[in-house]
Amino acid sequence: MEKFILKYFNLIRTIIAILIGFIISVSLIFLVSKDSIAALGYLFLGPFGSISRIGNIVELATPIIFCGIAIAIPFQAQQFNVGAEGTFFISAAFGTAFALIIQGLNLPGFIYILVVLTFAGLMGAFWGFIPGYLKAKYRANMVVLTLMLNYIAYFISIYLINYHFRDKAAGYLTSYRLPETLFLKQFIPNTRIHIGFLIAIASVFIAYYFLYHTTLGYEIRMVGFNFHFAKYSGINVFKVIVLSSLIGGIFAGIGGMAEVMGIHRRFLWQSLPGYGWDGVVVAIIGHNNPILIMFAAFFLAYLRIGGQVLNLLSDVPYELISVIEAIIILLITAEAFLENVKYRITVREAEKEAFKNESSS
Amino acid sequence: MAIAISLRDIVKVYPNGVVANKKVNLDIEEKTIHAIVGENGAGKSTLMKIIFGVEMPQEGEIYVKGKKVTFKTPMEAIKSGIGMVHQHLMLAEDLTVVENLTLGIEPRKFKIFLDKKEMNNLAKKYIEKYKIEVPLEKKIKELPIGLKQRVEILKALLRNADILILDEPTAVLTPQETEVLFKSLKELKEQGKTIIFISHKLKEVKEIADKVTIMRDGKVIATDDASNLSEHDIARLMVGREVSFERIEESRHIGNVALKVENLSYFNREKIQVLKNINFEVREGEIVGIAGVEGNGQTELVEILTGLREASSGAVYVLGQNIVNKSVREIREMGVSHIPEDRMKNGVADKAKVKENLISDRYYKNNFSKMGILNYEYIDGASNELVKRFNILAPSIEAPVNALSGGNIQKVVVARELSSNPKVIIASQPVRGIDVGSEELVHNFIKDARDSGCAVLLVSADLDEILKLSTRILVIYNGEIVKSFDKVEGLTGVDLGPYMLGLKRGE
Amino acid sequence: MNPLLKSIFSTSFLFSVLRVATPIIFPALGVAISSLSGSTNIALEGIMLVSAFTGVIVSAFTQNLWLSLIAGISAGVLIALILGYFSLKLKADIILAAIALNLFASGITVFLLYIFAHDKGVSSSLKSLVFPTIKLGLLSKIPILGGILDNQNILVYIAFLSVIIYYVIVFHTPLGLKIRAVGLNPDAASSVGINVVRIKLYALILSGVFGALGGLYLSMGYVSWFGRDMTAGRGFIAIAASSIGGNMPLGTFLGSLLFGIVYALANFLAPINIPSEIIQVIPYIVTVLVLTIYSARSVKEKEVGEE
Repeated sequence: MEKFILKYFNLIRTIIAILIGFIISVSLIFLVSKDSIAALGYLFLGPFGSISRIGNIVELATPIIFCGIAIAIPFQAQQFNVGAEGTFFISAAFGTAFALIIQGLNLPGFIYILVVLTFAGLMGAFWGFIPGYLKAKYRANMVVLTLMLNYIAYFISIYLINYHFRDKAAGYLTSYRLPETLFLKQFIPNTRIHIGFLIAIASVFIAYYFLYHTTLGYEIRMVGFNFHFAKYSGINVFKVIVLSSLIGGIFAGIGGMAEVMGIHRRFLWQSLPGYGWDGVVVAIIGHNNPILIMFAAFFLAYLRIGGQVLNLLSDVPYELISVIEAIIILLITAEAFLENVKYRITVREAEKEAFKNESSS
Repeated sequence: MAIAISLRDIVKVYPNGVVANKKVNLDIEEKTIHAIVGENGAGKSTLMKIIFGVEMPQEGEIYVKGKKVTFKTPMEAIKSGIGMVHQHLMLAEDLTVVENLTLGIEPRKFKIFLDKKEMNNLAKKYIEKYKIEVPLEKKIKELPIGLKQRVEILKALLRNADILILDEPTAVLTPQETEVLFKSLKELKEQGKTIIFISHKLKEVKEIADKVTIMRDGKVIATDDASNLSEHDIARLMVGREVSFERIEESRHIGNVALKVENLSYFNREKIQVLKNINFEVREGEIVGIAGVEGNGQTELVEILTGLREASSGAVYVLGQNIVNKSVREIREMGVSHIPEDRMKNGVADKAKVKENLISDRYYKNNFSKMGILNYEYIDGASNELVKRFNILAPSIEAPVNALSGGNIQKVVVARELSSNPKVIIASQPVRGIDVGSEELVHNFIKDARDSGCAVLLVSADLDEILKLSTRILVIYNGEIVKSFDKVEGLTGVDLGPYMLGLKRGE
Repeated sequence: MNPLLKSIFSTSFLFSVLRVATPIIFPALGVAISSLSGSTNIALEGIMLVSAFTGVIVSAFTQNLWLSLIAGISAGVLIALILGYFSLKLKADIILAAIALNLFASGITVFLLYIFAHDKGVSSSLKSLVFPTIKLGLLSKIPILGGILDNQNILVYIAFLSVIIYYVIVFHTPLGLKIRAVGLNPDAASSVGINVVRIKLYALILSGVFGALGGLYLSMGYVSWFGRDMTAGRGFIAIAASSIGGNMPLGTFLGSLLFGIVYALANFLAPINIPSEIIQVIPYIVTVLVLTIYSARSVKEKEVGEE
């Protein structure tokens, strides 16, 4: 049992953190709701109440998965950053603009989609390259840098869409509608789950494979573990830092454009949608492992949809979810949380081991 | 004369089992300059840490001016009038000298404001009293190292230190700065301060110290008036121990020059010349030992040879090719292997798997990967083979390196470095801090590498290790190769000591 | 004179610059003091929100400005303390903990707003107070300056005062000296007996106080209600402002003012159809450049991979 605890300590810690988050939220519900039992039902079971709600979970998880991967890849090289938000946004804006510009070429559907997604990926790569390069070259603080780049991305995007691609007939601030050939098909009836979701799942496995099965992924992880060691071993640390940031950007870029092509069909954001921050959250919960990030994204989306159902049908507001999320993140990132438990078990195990050796010799 | 500090039967065992002090007894007289000398690992630093409250001994008693004390933190030591000048100066570079001096004991105005005038006055008072000049308004980062050190000494005096511990204060100084420092120290002694001075430089010890204590293997070997001991006496006491090892067998075949260092010089960031015109060569099938007290340029030399640092001038040839300004990877690909002096910093990524650590220099090569894709089947096979061949005790190749013992971590490093088919092996402190069993194994691996035709450069502060393994020995002192011994058989520490300590130099 | 330039150099424009800059000056000082101690505090967004909310609620229920002030500051300090507890004691990464706290603040304020005011957007159904504005009386006749300063909220004046207080704390108190020492070289600080963790915590608390004042100004001066996420990124802009100013008092103040000018300008330009985004993006680009240049200066002392 104790060996089991040690082996899966991180997982168990994450689960305990989530449980504490739940306990607090349940208490809050009991505190404020007149019909708390029903409210609990809405929160936890509501998301599975209908096909369309399950669809909502998947729809919401899609951009979060992209951004989670985008954050996790530089995280793996110990490059903390919050840049997915801006990369997602600016790639979607420039992707939309690009798609509208080349509309006249009348490319066949599949090619058209591929070209536009590739462009968005490249835009993301470019936007990821900037902080990566500035960090590697000048050691600028990457968190602050990416925070600022998010705003820069926002203003440039809004300017581009509102002044050059604005659909004046729409009655609100938005870009022209994308041509229909560019729509990512929504393939499950009664939901808006679209091809972009499949791309997200594919990205999860591509990113996993990239990190754990390619030489560059190996380099990224080694730099993250110990950059002195990486340097000593002959790994080009400069290159790795820049590339990790750039590659993360590709995923955010594709994610942003896929969201436009799959759900909204035009660029209609007037403020940052916040998926980049969600990406940071799932990257933390998923310990930067793409597959775990996917589950974390589903979990987060499930919570959010539960919150929406709760909000709709009970007297408990949606924002409860942010509180749960915050508590879970706090506990997961607190390295010392439960560390003394681990320590005690380790010592006990070591003593047992020593005793066994003594008695056997 | 009154005794300032008295240590009785001090025993210190570190958690990893290293016994640093074995029943140390030592009396430091008041108003003297007392030098403590000894090889690396003799236990001097540990003893000073105990006096200053950084480490706590398992056994023994400490008396300060006759009063028994137990220091749990440096603060308690400071309150008892002990001050320490660390080798790495403890100063905030962006603060001014006066701010650094008064940090933590600032004079106040109305209880909550800094009284800047009083801060200046306080500092000036001490400057005048001890005649240690420092520019009060300048920032620390604008000062040369010698001045920074003076600030550090003054800082201790401002906290009313009566007993000053200086940990190798001259290691970073130019000769002129050293002279100034010594003048100050003598002045301080005149004013009634007691000074404990750790050094490797025997000439300095003779010049400045009243008393000398020689430590070896965690014990005090002798304490005497400096005037009673010649530099050669001290050197003999420091290194002259029983020979407790057998030399490995001689090289059977010595081939061509594999590593050649030509007129190599290096200036560090403080513009101090750390390496002075180094020349030597290492041939295939021989082990050349670089003996020397640590901090005489070995670290820099090794880093230059392996591409981690840029030389200021000179050339390094591996099999005839100049490696200066080449990248680490290029140098490794030319057949240079590197066992680093600090394995946890450079040698491994401790949270990564054993197998990931074993391939860090070759993951991109054929078989280990193809077109950028890692071939785990091959990697696992190769790793398991290395674990077996190098006798690494690990739960599995999937285990993180930090689950292994120190000796086995070092075996991981050695396994990687010796299995890359190297032509030149740079081994720096290869057995430091590991158990005797692992030590023996690592030494055997190095010998096998030599016999298979590798050129080995062994850099070690451990004389036994140098004498046991080396085909030839070079002695480095103050960034210079001061002596080379072409025949090692029959040599003892006593032969090397005077060169290592700068008392003698070869022709 | 060109009507555009005329409106820019009008007193009403400068009046609004100060108005807009105030909720940036406060958190920027908060970011600056924690940066000096060596912590990057990106939780000002959350601190401001919680204080803005607490101030409104307490004033609505007690109708007492002093109580609201105290409650608002306490709430901000509480968030700072949680940040300190998690990052210093439980060894959480301070960036991630701050992200969590921003999320928490955003959620809990709206959650409680709904409980207290049955509204999830704004608190206008509550009768909350505002801090008084200062009437200069005769002094308002001073050309230009009178027009800029007359009728400003008292917290605008306190913002100016805070810059001076910040300067005094940092350069003229033992605490400030210790904060700087801890940020520059924690080993050196602890070698003379300074408790590094405690000093960092004090810096975070001060950062909470400054942030709280910014939050209070937003909901009880700038406007007279609490709105969801009403900080609108000012806690992050504050990071930019303090980076531009290198965490120094005057620099941080000028950095905040730059943002104030830019935002006021954006408002003034909106009617004449000049894309405000072009102007609004400038300070962020300036921040990136300043950060890069500043880091490049000290780059030689660090290795690749280090911050």
